[in-house]
Amino acid sequence: MSPASRFASIRNGEAVDFSKVPIVPVEELRSAVLKMAAAGHRLCALVCDVKNDRTAGGLLAVLADDAGGKLFLAASQPAARYPALTLDWAQAHLFEREIYENCGVLPEGHPWLKPVRLAPPDKVAFFQEEGAEVHEVAVGPIHAGIIEPGHFRFQCHGETVHHLEIQLGYQHRGAQRLLSAGPDRRTLAVAESICGDTAVAHAWAHCAVWEALEGCAPSLRAEAIRAVVLEAERLANHIGDIGAISNDVGYLPATAYFGRMRGDFLNMLMLVSGNRYGKGILKPGGVAFDLPDEMRSQMIATVKRSIVEVQEVGDMFFGEPSVISRLEDTGAVSLKVCDDLGLVGVCARAAGADRDVRQDHPFGFYRFRHIPVMKLDSGDAFARAMVRFLEAQRSLEFLRGLLEHLPEGKIAVPRGAPAAHQLAVSLIEGWRGEVCHIAKTGRDGKCEWYHVIDPSFHNWVGVAMALRGGEISDFPLCNKSFNLSYAGHDL
Amino acid sequence: METLKLVASYLLILVFAPPVMLGLITKTKAAVAGRKGPPVLQPLYDTLKLLGKGAVYSTTTTWMFRLGPVAALAAVLAASSFVPLAGEPLISFNGDAILFAYLLALGRFVTATAALDTGSSFEGMGASREAAFSSLAEPALILAFASLAYRSGALSLARMFSPHGGPQAAASTVLALGSLFVVLLAENSRIPVDDPNTHLELTMIHEVMVLDHGGPDLAFILHGAGLRLALMASLLVRLVLPDWPAAGPVGSLVLGLAATAVVIGLVESSMARLRLIRVPQLLVAAICAATFGLILTLR
Repeated sequence: MSPASRFASIRNGEAVDFSKVPIVPVEELRSAVLKMAAAGHRLCALVCDVKNDRTAGGLLAVLADDAGGKLFLAASQPAARYPALTLDWAQAHLFEREIYENCGVLPEGHPWLKPVRLAPPDKVAFFQEEGAEVHEVAVGPIHAGIIEPGHFRFQCHGETVHHLEIQLGYQHRGAQRLLSAGPDRRTLAVAESICGDTAVAHAWAHCAVWEALEGCAPSLRAEAIRAVVLEAERLANHIGDIGAISNDVGYLPATAYFGRMRGDFLNMLMLVSGNRYGKGILKPGGVAFDLPDEMRSQMIATVKRSIVEVQEVGDMFFGEPSVISRLEDTGAVSLKVCDDLGLVGVCARAAGADRDVRQDHPFGFYRFRHIPVMKLDSGDAFARAMVRFLEAQRSLEFLRGLLEHLPEGKIAVPRGAPAAHQLAVSLIEGWRGEVCHIAKTGRDGKCEWYHVIDPSFHNWVGVAMALRGGEISDFPLCNKSFNLSYAGHDL
Repeated sequence: METLKLVASYLLILVFAPPVMLGLITKTKAAVAGRKGPPVLQPLYDTLKLLGKGAVYSTTTTWMFRLGPVAALAAVLAASSFVPLAGEPLISFNGDAILFAYLLALGRFVTATAALDTGSSFEGMGASREAAFSSLAEPALILAFASLAYRSGALSLARMFSPHGGPQAAASTVLALGSLFVVLLAENSRIPVDDPNTHLELTMIHEVMVLDHGGPDLAFILHGAGLRLALMASLLVRLVLPDWPAAGPVGSLVLGLAATAVVIGLVESSMARLRLIRVPQLLVAAICAATFGLILTLR
């Protein structure tokens, strides 16, 4: 009997009747999950299937088989405590902390059961190194630049970092609680605000979950327009990120050029919806705005111009020896660490992981038109910058092809009523990585609970690993090359 | 009357050269990046604004913290009197080159001590970096001074730094110039050693030491840093550029300083910052260049 037979299997963006999801005692779930981990599956989500009211609930595990394009679901009976998965599978580490924090289910033996988002972060203990020559550097939550708040605690020996602990939770707004209360007129706006720079990806994940629950399928044209704006969001962020990396290494010409080009793509989003971050474009059932031919040709012109400009400025940036020497070997994360910790998105591909939701669990228009997955193998800041550059080029080619042959049709279909007792999972490859939304409906078709996993939730621990044994002066550059979201983590 | 003119032009250069040079560097970098950039006199406006502000002192600091900015500026001002800024220096005696070098070192010492006085881990890191790098910049400076002193037969800046020697001495001049330029970049927290624009406290060297200073103290520090840049740049200018009769000694120097600022701006635009661990390699290269220059002079 294969380990997968203990799980319900669905595809990305599908709903499943909750009665089909096996519900087993928590110890059995634990051993089944570990068998799946040994078989190379990845933990997309491990959540407690109750509203956040600290009543003991059952666990729900969502595992991804990236090679087979399947998602496996299994749930456990309610339990107040269970032996922690983290000891055997590090990917579960932050999920189990959150389960304990929100639902009070105790993962026994968890090595670092600190709060994730709710407790005042300045009241928690930090890992501390003892010794006459080690010193501690505390950075944040208030930073010198205009960035989000987060606290970083370094254990250093001279300039060398032995350990970095990241404590977030300053941005907690209760997004999951608001989404669980939906759907109402507000929920889409809440989903778009989970992480301001990933508005399109979160909106898409949210729409896909509700479309799956309601059994409605958007038209091909709507799917194509969604893909256009998702890639425009990716381009704006990837190009802005390379510019920001360039700024951090002190190479100003590329910063200025990339910064201007970022504006081109933000303006493209504004052209479609009137919002530079693409808010309000998507809606369950389709999209809110069509792309008239005039707008389309304007976008094609921008894309064609950008293909040349991105190449030129990229060549200038990556052709500068001092830039390469600064980026190479800075903050390297090995493929093994990536796989052990379940990192996703750009930083995983930079380390050589063949992991891209658009390829592994294709959704929307990506089922019909593919984007090659770009990966490198050094896993350092250079690879993270280069993967962004390569992905930006692929996205531009994709956009050009798609905009020139945009399918005809309606942009929205009427929504149905959500079915009762359904569970839907939706994965979207946002520019940072895998955005995961999970929702379950109750007896009346209303939302029972809603979980959001932003790629940052998987990846923050990657920043800590990148710094280990590195230099403290490399931290800002490392952090920028990951460019993770604080708000997406804190929800 | 001559003395009055000398003092007047000295004062003008001391007040205006630092902000204008910094402004020109920023302007050059902006132009290369295709931007407009802030006005050339922006550093002067900043200094004036800061002078009109109050200062906040942490209760954990002592008199060392307040002494730092004042003593640092005073040391650089004293050092400036040996540099031939207006054709000739205010004061000149045999050995003033050594006093010049160690007045600059004194400025660094009080700044680093004031930084340590705050007890902040950032400032401690900055102070330790500054001490480590300047201990490597100092030999380069002294060795370059030594070759110039041997060549001119005098240990005073006014005689060491004047174009002479003809074609035979060109090689040693170039080597001294190169190593002094690296020292200038390192001592004045310019790219590739430090990034004066960064807001990232963990990567800074010089800037992180002055994070806790504000108001007039910060103005003193900023002006002192600019002045240090202007002094070292004017030594370089004096080394290679003869006085241009049409502009007079002061005019030639001012033109030379502007040209140096543009060159620094171009250097900063054309390369990324070195990673911190590589900075000593650059400074050791400067020491080697200065040593070769000295050997060529002694030959």
